[in-house]
Amino acid sequence: MVRFLLRRFVGYLVLVLIATCLGYLLAASSLDPRSNFEGRNPPPPPESVDRVLSDLNINDKTPVLERFATWMGGVVRGDFGRTIGGEPVLDEMGRRIGVSLRLLLLASILGGALGVLVGVVGAVKQYRFSDHATTLFSFVTLATPVFLLAVLLKLGALQLNRAAGTTILYYTGEATPGLQGSWWQLAVDRVQHLVLPTLAIVLAQAAFYSRYQRNAMLDVLGSDFLRTAQAKGLRRRQALLKHGLRTALIPMATFFAYQFGLLLTGATFVEKIFGWHGMGEWFVDAVNGNDVNVVAAVTVFAAALVLVAGMLADLAHAALDPRVRIR
Amino acid sequence: MTAGAGATAREPTTTDAAGPVLQVADLAVSFSTERGLLRAVRGMSYEVRSGEVLGIVGESGCGKSVSALAVMGLLPTSARVSGSVRFRDRELLGLDDPQLSAIRGKGISMVFQDPLSAFTPVYTVGAQIAEAVRVHTETSRDQAARRAAELLDLVGIPDATRRARAFPHEFSGGMRQRAMIAMAIANDPEVIIADEPTTALDVTIQAQVLDVLRTAQQATGAAIVMITHDLGVMAGVADRLIVMYAGRPAEVGSVDQVFHAPRMPYTLGLLGSLPRLDAAAGQPLTPVEGAPPSLVALPPGCPFAPRCPLQVGVCVEVEPGLDPTSASDHLAACHRSDEIEAGALGPADVFPVPPPVEPPIAAIPREERPVVLEVRELVKSFPLTRGALLRRRVGTIHALDGVSFDLREGETLALVGESGSGKTTTVNEILALAAPMAGSVVVLGRETSTLETSTRKETRRDLGMVFQDPSASLDPRMPVGDILAEGLRAHGVAKGQRRRRVGELLGLVGLDAGHVSRYPHEFSGGQQQRIAIARALALDPKVIVLDEPVSALDVSIRAGVVNLLQRLKAELGLAYLFVGHDLSLVRHVADRVAVMHLGRIVEIGAVERVFGDAAHPYTRALLSAVPLPDPRRERVRRRIVLEGELPSPLDPPSGCRFRTRCPLFVAVEPERRQRCVDEDPMGRPQGEDHLAACHHAELRNRG
Ligand code: SF4
Ligand code: SF4
Repeated sequence: MVRFLLRRFVGYLVLVLIATCLGYLLAASSLDPRSNFEGRNPPPPPESVDRVLSDLNINDKTPVLERFATWMGGVVRGDFGRTIGGEPVLDEMGRRIGVSLRLLLLASILGGALGVLVGVVGAVKQYRFSDHATTLFSFVTLATPVFLLAVLLKLGALQLNRAAGTTILYYTGEATPGLQGSWWQLAVDRVQHLVLPTLAIVLAQAAFYSRYQRNAMLDVLGSDFLRTAQAKGLRRRQALLKHGLRTALIPMATFFAYQFGLLLTGATFVEKIFGWHGMGEWFVDAVNGNDVNVVAAVTVFAAALVLVAGMLADLAHAALDPRVRIR
Repeated sequence: MTAGAGATAREPTTTDAAGPVLQVADLAVSFSTERGLLRAVRGMSYEVRSGEVLGIVGESGCGKSVSALAVMGLLPTSARVSGSVRFRDRELLGLDDPQLSAIRGKGISMVFQDPLSAFTPVYTVGAQIAEAVRVHTETSRDQAARRAAELLDLVGIPDATRRARAFPHEFSGGMRQRAMIAMAIANDPEVIIADEPTTALDVTIQAQVLDVLRTAQQATGAAIVMITHDLGVMAGVADRLIVMYAGRPAEVGSVDQVFHAPRMPYTLGLLGSLPRLDAAAGQPLTPVEGAPPSLVALPPGCPFAPRCPLQVGVCVEVEPGLDPTSASDHLAACHRSDEIEAGALGPADVFPVPPPVEPPIAAIPREERPVVLEVRELVKSFPLTRGALLRRRVGTIHALDGVSFDLREGETLALVGESGSGKTTTVNEILALAAPMAGSVVVLGRETSTLETSTRKETRRDLGMVFQDPSASLDPRMPVGDILAEGLRAHGVAKGQRRRRVGELLGLVGLDAGHVSRYPHEFSGGQQQRIAIARALALDPKVIVLDEPVSALDVSIRAGVVNLLQRLKAELGLAYLFVGHDLSLVRHVADRVAVMHLGRIVEIGAVERVFGDAAHPYTRALLSAVPLPDPRRERVRRRIVLEGELPSPLDPPSGCRFRTRCPLFVAVEPERRQRCVDEDPMGRPQGEDHLAACHHAELRNRG
């Protein structure tokens, strides 16, 4: 088992390395940081632009492989270079990862759990009212682009606040800037900010998972082993949980882990709309701002996440399906 | 209308004072479908006593499994169930899930068919059996685990404590079925319902599992309701029999009554359509024409009427009741059962039997006929690899290890053996028409290793192929005409000629030439297989490879397809390479037979020689495991039960590969055994056209 995981780990590591190299080369060759300076009025003298760019290791006059070597040399020492504004990338990234995690960890778990629940209910009550209702919910949600969903939630919150006469839900930022008070007040304030973006992600994720879970569960519901479990005296509910759900979760575990990895950098819209300064937002801003080092760093981060997610998926798979362990 | 008055138990294990444990009366089950109400079971009544074995036989869709699930209360909620199911004195129909689950697995337990899918893949076998124990009795985990190991030991799983920790996929099919039985008897049930417990198992394993079922019955004293489509199995197992047709019993009686004095044409048809190991070859089987009716909107009258040669006017108006014949415990649902009894009619009297067909070429002695397919020292091995990212080779499976035979014009050679013996690999190697790893394949004088693209195409013309499952081998999106014309087109036959040939082919296999534009799903299973045969014939091949051609078909339909194959062979002078596991059928169709074991042919020769005086202990064991559809003979038969299972082809035993299971090896003197361990036996002549690879074949009667 350990050897199996170790082998997988090496495999993922190779993938991460390849992704990192490609990511950097792509960012370095397609982004044009020089244009940031050329647009200024008055244009700064070219020599000073060159100096600044060279200083940041993003000068397009240096051969790209040379820049890559320099960058890589830094990365190995844990230095991701500086942003175009001159800040160390690592500091900003640390902050941003924190923000993304605070938003997404909870949302992912809730979304996954809700999706599984909805899927299972849909499957068990196939073709009955609750199945139709959950199917409708998930299709509508899936068909709604995330930014539309977010905007709708915002409008809903607006109505709610108006009806309540006070601000129950905030829709910008992580916390009210400059708020003073006890830890309790601060916590409440944070929750008030958290609800809407979390809801947006939870709904989208749950809708997505529920379809898969429903199918996985339907397969299991028609299976012979569920019938055997009942034939030996288990009640239907026990059989469904112990034999059915357990088996139906196996494919979901892998799925969930990967999805989480992708989500951390993919929640761009939600972060943008609700004003959370997380990784997704940063990435888009960096691309717009020709910030090569940031784009490269986010790519590394994303690749590393896929590695973590892959390992998590393997672990979860092994936990749920003991057949893997003995391989 | 109860079917159990005065049980004629084979061994009086019960006194009549003990009432029946399970009583089913007027059970009816229906489902609503898109096409209308499907009446899956239309009035079924029976009772079983402790220690008694009740057999329920019937073809797929006759309602036998549905009625069993209805007894267990395991039908989907969409099923409508009526009638009565009494267990002891308790009515089960109408109980809710908690009440029923207290009875399931404890009072009544069930053994399901395919035991791979019947076990939950993610729990160990032991854990699943322990769970069955713990559901019904307060037991600690340890105790339950120990009990599970005991049960596995009881059903003959070696090293039970360790094997209990294995997962279902690590068990072989036979072991899984044993484990399934262990689970069913975990709580000493009073009734065990076994639904096709031996289907899809090899004969030797089937015999073992039936033995285990007997052991289980002795250990628990339970009543057994055994459901199967295989009438032959019942003769040696059941005390009483119910033959079902179209959702209700057609005939009920003791095994002797049903087998030796059948009173209902359908039973007669079933019996007549069974090929028998103990019958001489050549005589055609009695086919039952047509197919079972759809249970949606069943017309009035006897459901068997459209297929019944004895049908008279009243048959299509009034459905016959299940009434006693002259023996009060022998019931038949037929208006004319009295006449059948009075005339003592047998299958051949009721059903028209086609005249026996003898290919003209059979007059020529075998040695003078041309060889159409020759296989010499064929070898095939597969590397066994492990690892996902970095595959490494951990061993070699020797699937074929020096297989040789020849097939001559106008004859049928059957390849038989358990799964894993190499039958299918042999066929695939031949059909590949490529150079084998070692050895040679010669089709109509052409070595496959030397074929060019054009000659390969030529050769392919001469080699037809019919697979086991017609519904899988026919493209569902193509009309039958196109399916048949496909090969013709590929070989450049002109359009008009193609059309003529397609009509001709359909006629040849007994289908209406007007059906060319229909799709495969509009045909019954038997008709689909006829289409597959027509396709194989399209290019006038000389050799047809038949891979289990009838084993996916219902029993009553098989005989018709078998007769068709026999007729075609005679008329067209074909040679068949027939792969089959049903030895009775092989006995019926084959001229020569090759018995395979672990990638070798252990015995080969004329079918009368090999089946009549088998020289290899393996062949003898196989033959003795085949059930005879004759309760009287079954009772006095001595069975050679092979211990254990096929050894791993990864690492076959030294010397003779059969020695780990060989009963003769055990029976001969120790000094002779040494030879089996040291020396790999080669085929030795045992008479005219008869070779066997055993050092001690002369001593076979000891084994
Ligand atoms: S009732 Fe008539 S049709 Fe039915 S089996 Fe008897 S003779 Fe045949
Ligand atoms: S050679 Fe020996 S072990 Fe092999 S079949 Fe003959 S008696 Fe049995």
